[in-house]
Amino acid sequence: MGGISASFVLLIVLLLAADVLFTSPSDFIEAIRKPEIRAAFWLTILTCSVASILSVFVATPLGYLLSRYDFPGRRLVDVLVDIPIVLPPLVLGLSLLILFHLPLGSNAWKLETWLRDDVGFPVTYRWPAVVLAQFSVACAFAVRTMRVTFDQISPRAEDVARTLGCTRGQAFMLVALPQAWRGIIAAGTIAWARALGEFGPILVFAGATRMRTEVLSTTVFLELSVGQLDAAVAVSLIMVLMAIIVLVLLRSLRLGLSS
Amino acid sequence: MIELRDVSIRIGDCQLNDISLKVETGQYAVLMGRTGLGKTTLLEAICGLRRVTRGRILVQDQDVTDWAPGDRMIGYVPQDLALFPSMTVAQHLGFALRFRKRSASEISTTVHQVAAELGIAHLLSRGVRNLSGGESQRVALGRAIAFQPTLLLLDEPLSALDEQTREAMHQVLRNIKERRQVTTIHVTHNSEEAAALADSYLNLDQCVPSHVSATKPKTFG
Repeated sequence: MGGISASFVLLIVLLLAADVLFTSPSDFIEAIRKPEIRAAFWLTILTCSVASILSVFVATPLGYLLSRYDFPGRRLVDVLVDIPIVLPPLVLGLSLLILFHLPLGSNAWKLETWLRDDVGFPVTYRWPAVVLAQFSVACAFAVRTMRVTFDQISPRAEDVARTLGCTRGQAFMLVALPQAWRGIIAAGTIAWARALGEFGPILVFAGATRMRTEVLSTTVFLELSVGQLDAAVAVSLIMVLMAIIVLVLLRSLRLGLSS
Repeated sequence: MIELRDVSIRIGDCQLNDISLKVETGQYAVLMGRTGLGKTTLLEAICGLRRVTRGRILVQDQDVTDWAPGDRMIGYVPQDLALFPSMTVAQHLGFALRFRKRSASEISTTVHQVAAELGIAHLLSRGVRNLSGGESQRVALGRAIAFQPTLLLLDEPLSALDEQTREAMHQVLRNIKERRQVTTIHVTHNSEEAAALADSYLNLDQCVPSHVSATKPKTFG
């Protein structure tokens, strides 16, 4: 059993080692000096953070509802929430693109046109599209995490809170939510990590315009497509480092809070 | 005073049928019966956490059957206590008062009074995670009585305690009974506990599968 377990860990170590051996410090430094890659780095940090905060904000009440209540259509909602997880990434991107550009009604009303002309907030092929593409997948994982979190918290304390004068909403806010903080951190971490790795939906829905909608996953693709394998590997390692830093930071935060 | 009139409650495949009981104001009633009969379910229905399929629940002659749990003025101590892990003892004791629009000074005074009454004044600033069984029981009890409910429901509150702590808790419950005169229903399997506390006994033996529902209503109390 130990051998089987070790084989997977070994595979990950070998993959990372191969990347490290392939590149050199000079390639790495050259890559991070490129203004395009720097811009992609900061856009990645920004969009992943926004997508992860939005995911937690949506996933917490939704996970709670799915865990606690047997409302009409609950099973359907449960299935729908999982769809972004199983959907091929390109299909998700295509679906987002179609949603925003589908003409509706006799005057061919389009969501994107309305957002751009009336609200002044164009989405497609701009940074909000990156966030929305990342959010669509990241939120599904966050909902799963939050649902499991609330499944593990006994509803009895919320019941007692209701007998003491709370509404259901107050019982959620004052009793359930403070108990769920570990799950909230886990959901945020998972959502951030998922958003970091997102590529297909971003490529289709936000495009790959350098300095505008380019995030690090797109950079790897763009550098590969022009034969810059060294730069692609260097950026990949930056992404690996970012993921490790975020995971370690959040894990230590969890340990710090629990001690 | 609490009165149940022909109350029926569905519990999965079983159903409690046509339960009628009455406990007069200030009386301490002990509810007994075999495990699985539905005693906890009955308490949950009384405090509004479970819907009744038929019948009426009256507290102080007011029909509260369709009232929200928080409006019924019922203090409830479940078997697992269900303390709030993120709150201090003082926050537990003041919890119900926050929702009754009491001033901060009034809440503080009441919290200290209840804590003194239950012997937990030295614990007020502590969290509840590391309290002993007896201390946790007192906190749960204090949380349930701090807002001066008209009815107190205790679901096997002493079942997890050792003999010595249980006897100490008997005294605490007797003190509450004497000082507050709150109508109480106390579920227990322990006949010594019942003898030590009860003014009257209720015996629940009516949880039958719905397909063979009892045809003859039983009345207790």
